[in-house]
Amino acid sequence: MESSSAVSLVHSWLEPGRHLFVLVHLIGVASFTYIVWRRLVPLVRGQSDPRFDRPLARLGNLAKFWFGQWRHPRYPGAGVLHILIFIGFILLVIRSFSTLLVGVSRYLATQGPPSQIAYLYSTVTDYAATVVFICMLVAIIRRLVFRPARYAVPTRYGRVHTADAIFLLALIAVLMAADGLYSAAVAAGQFKVDQAGEQLAFLSLPWLLQLALASSSLAAIGKFCFAAYLVHEVTFYFLLCYRPFGIQFHVETSLFNVYFAKLSRGSLKPVRWDVPDGALDQAKSFGVKTFEDFTWKHMLDFYSCADCGRCSDNCPANKVGRPLSPRFLSIKARDYAFQHYPVFGRSSNHQALVGSVYSADEIWSCTTCGACEEECPLLIENIDKIVDLRRGMVDDGNVPQSLQKPLKALESRGNPYGKMEKKRGDWATSKELQQVCSVKTLGKSTANTLYFVDSVTSYDDRMQSIARSTARILANIGEDFGILGGAERDSGHEVRRFGEEMLFAALRDHNTGAIRATAAKRIVTGDPHALNSLRHDYNGLPPVEHISQFIARTKRAGLIHFNPVDRASDVYTYHDPCYLGRHNQVYDDPRYVLDSIPGLKRVEMERSRDRSFCCGGGGLMLFYESKEDQRMGVKRVEMAAEAGANVIVTACPFCMANIEDAIKVAGFEGKMSAIDLAELVDRQMVRNEWASSATSCAGG
Amino acid sequence: MEILVCIRRVPDNSENEITLNSAGNDIERDELVYSVNEADNYAVEEALQIVAKVGGSVSVVTVGGEDDEEILRREMAMGASHGVLLSDPHFDKSDGRGIAAILKAFVAKSKYDLILTGVQAEDGAAQVGGMLAAMLDYPFASLVNSIEVLDDHKLKIGREIEGGNREMSEIDLPCVLSIQTGINEPRYVGMRGIRAVASIPIPTHDASVLGVNPKAVEEAGATVKRLDYFVPVVGKGAEMLAGSREENIDKVLELIAAKGGLK
Repeated sequence: MESSSAVSLVHSWLEPGRHLFVLVHLIGVASFTYIVWRRLVPLVRGQSDPRFDRPLARLGNLAKFWFGQWRHPRYPGAGVLHILIFIGFILLVIRSFSTLLVGVSRYLATQGPPSQIAYLYSTVTDYAATVVFICMLVAIIRRLVFRPARYAVPTRYGRVHTADAIFLLALIAVLMAADGLYSAAVAAGQFKVDQAGEQLAFLSLPWLLQLALASSSLAAIGKFCFAAYLVHEVTFYFLLCYRPFGIQFHVETSLFNVYFAKLSRGSLKPVRWDVPDGALDQAKSFGVKTFEDFTWKHMLDFYSCADCGRCSDNCPANKVGRPLSPRFLSIKARDYAFQHYPVFGRSSNHQALVGSVYSADEIWSCTTCGACEEECPLLIENIDKIVDLRRGMVDDGNVPQSLQKPLKALESRGNPYGKMEKKRGDWATSKELQQVCSVKTLGKSTANTLYFVDSVTSYDDRMQSIARSTARILANIGEDFGILGGAERDSGHEVRRFGEEMLFAALRDHNTGAIRATAAKRIVTGDPHALNSLRHDYNGLPPVEHISQFIARTKRAGLIHFNPVDRASDVYTYHDPCYLGRHNQVYDDPRYVLDSIPGLKRVEMERSRDRSFCCGGGGLMLFYESKEDQRMGVKRVEMAAEAGANVIVTACPFCMANIEDAIKVAGFEGKMSAIDLAELVDRQMVRNEWASSATSCAGG
Repeated sequence: MEILVCIRRVPDNSENEITLNSAGNDIERDELVYSVNEADNYAVEEALQIVAKVGGSVSVVTVGGEDDEEILRREMAMGASHGVLLSDPHFDKSDGRGIAAILKAFVAKSKYDLILTGVQAEDGAAQVGGMLAAMLDYPFASLVNSIEVLDDHKLKIGREIEGGNREMSEIDLPCVLSIQTGINEPRYVGMRGIRAVASIPIPTHDASVLGVNPKAVEEAGATVKRLDYFVPVVGKGAEMLAGSREENIDKVLELIAAKGGLK
């Protein structure tokens, strides 16, 4: 985009290399095309995955997460660095291509926009190249000197990736330097010829290089220009063709990965997108057993992973030393793809993944908390992959012994504990509850609201207290409600997430029939896992609400009032359950309820809301004997202690189970306690005298 | 290797609240859920692992009624190729010897290289395996917790001896082995597998097909008769803690400490 006199000067310098430049162009483009074509081979063999719907939502994601770099500032240091590099790259695209074209044809290079815009662009990109160059140096220093812990590679996952990273950063730095030197040579040469010409941006890299060239002869400057052009061109194509061999491939794939990202939270992919639910019995195989069982989009995830380590940095399983690191879920699969679908040579495929690439323990270690997915700047999905791998293992009978009994009990009794179906509603028959209200069992009688209790709250001695509190709250507000009692089965939330799809389908079908038979207009549950399941795994049910949403709604409507807390010295903190927070985006309602209680002092833990730290997982995860250094719950209560809290409020029976255990294990017994939001509300609410005699509660 | 595993359907201990019936001669069987007897399940897994190594097929057989088809199918979903139900009104109240005689008649009609049973049924007396071997005049080993196929005619088997010792023996085929739990890790049988075998017909053999004399195996022919069935009275020295969970834990700790178990 230089002036015409500059163009003729440059062309006279570059003319001798014209054929060489064209050859490099041809080799570069051909190699890149071939490599990308080879990289697409596994994607074509992968499973179908319909991601071509809802273009507006997808473009919105692109604007926010790709162009807007939305998640990068969550890690301020690396995030800002990345945003600067990203903006630099975007700005430099036109400059890079126009420079590349100069070497090919004089005609192509002179077709620029009006000079003022060209001047502005060249000034901006002078700075952009400088910023990218500096960012590379900073990034290299970061990698070599500061070594953020999340980049470390545990020995079981192979060698560290520092050398690769530095090689890549250095290449980009060379590209920027070559670009700068080329611009500097052009400007310096022009100045020598007519003492005029374009000004380079003050203090930019090209400007500094121009200063350095000022004393050189015109011929020497010409040689610098030639060399800079060649280095720029070769580095550009080398980078282009080198990218599909590692983490740097995300430069190309990220655009597609973000566009085709999953749009629905909390849901799971079906066993096979191209096999309808009813035809699953005929499916030859379930889940992911070989690499080719992954969908094309999941393979694209593997290519797109930038090895930034944010997922594993937030993964609770990784934090407590379980053999799982979501980062390596991707990296290992990508290495497998590169090895079995090489750029040169034949592809060899259909090798079992579990037992070679992944270990069974690794796949069972995930609590599906979603912290990794929340953090990934490229929207890589891990839960669907984990569940698909589990489906494959379940199909092969490869299930830990500790999980087989609860699964069998879920099959025969509809709960993981093997308790009698008819005792499911026994929690409601306690004397203290009956004095306040008698809970209707829907079936013969009807009600507006169905309270879906789920297994742990129905059967576990401790959690039954949450059920009774929930019933008292509903009764106090005057809600016409009832339960399914013995007709309820486990929601199957964990059954499905542990890969037993057909057992889940049986539970779902049973519950769907039972719920529809009640003609209830809406469902309330105190268990976020049930909430998520009824909302995202079931179809055709009335709207489902978590009890915290229900309480917040009735509080806003003035239907519930709180007494001040007894002990003003207590400091409360709210622990976001994964399936209420991250998976269903309910963060504010529980906090609003807490803040409505007079005199309640609340602090936030450092890891809260969408960065909440999983307590250890629910449902079947309670039965799984994991290999770990420490319990997740213990880490969590330590975080609460750090925040200065002595009461942990949660809104999930599994969180309660894990946190109460952890308080004992961590040695905080007597100093710290845990309470469910429903129990707290039950304790603090002003009792309505009329409630106990209201029709809503008298059905029996 | 052709392997037959004799299995039995029992009330699942972990999923039932077992109570006595009002007559006091049996447990209350309404609302019970049943499973494959645990040790039998290990035996089937072991058979499948042997066949995976040396070839052959695994058959499962049980003596019972229509309800017992459920466990045959479950083991078929696990990988057994054939399931056979031995059913006759005369078999309903057979004692251990009667069951062994029925199984013997079945084995005599086919050819099996190896017959496995669980070490004992959860509601049984650990007697069928041994009697079956005696009736067939086959070698027998009980409490087996490892099997290695040496050749077409010999197995090397391991047994756990009280006190933690192990004994290795050689045994000639065909033989009967009773399998101890823990010999392997049985694979999971999912709903999908069970549904895949749900419509496979299961052949049923009655007394006449088997050529068993009904008189010899029915209740009247039993040589061991149940006299009584009850929950033993809590004896002296046993103390039932009746407090809440927390109170009980504290009490137990206190008791252990008092006996010098905790320092």
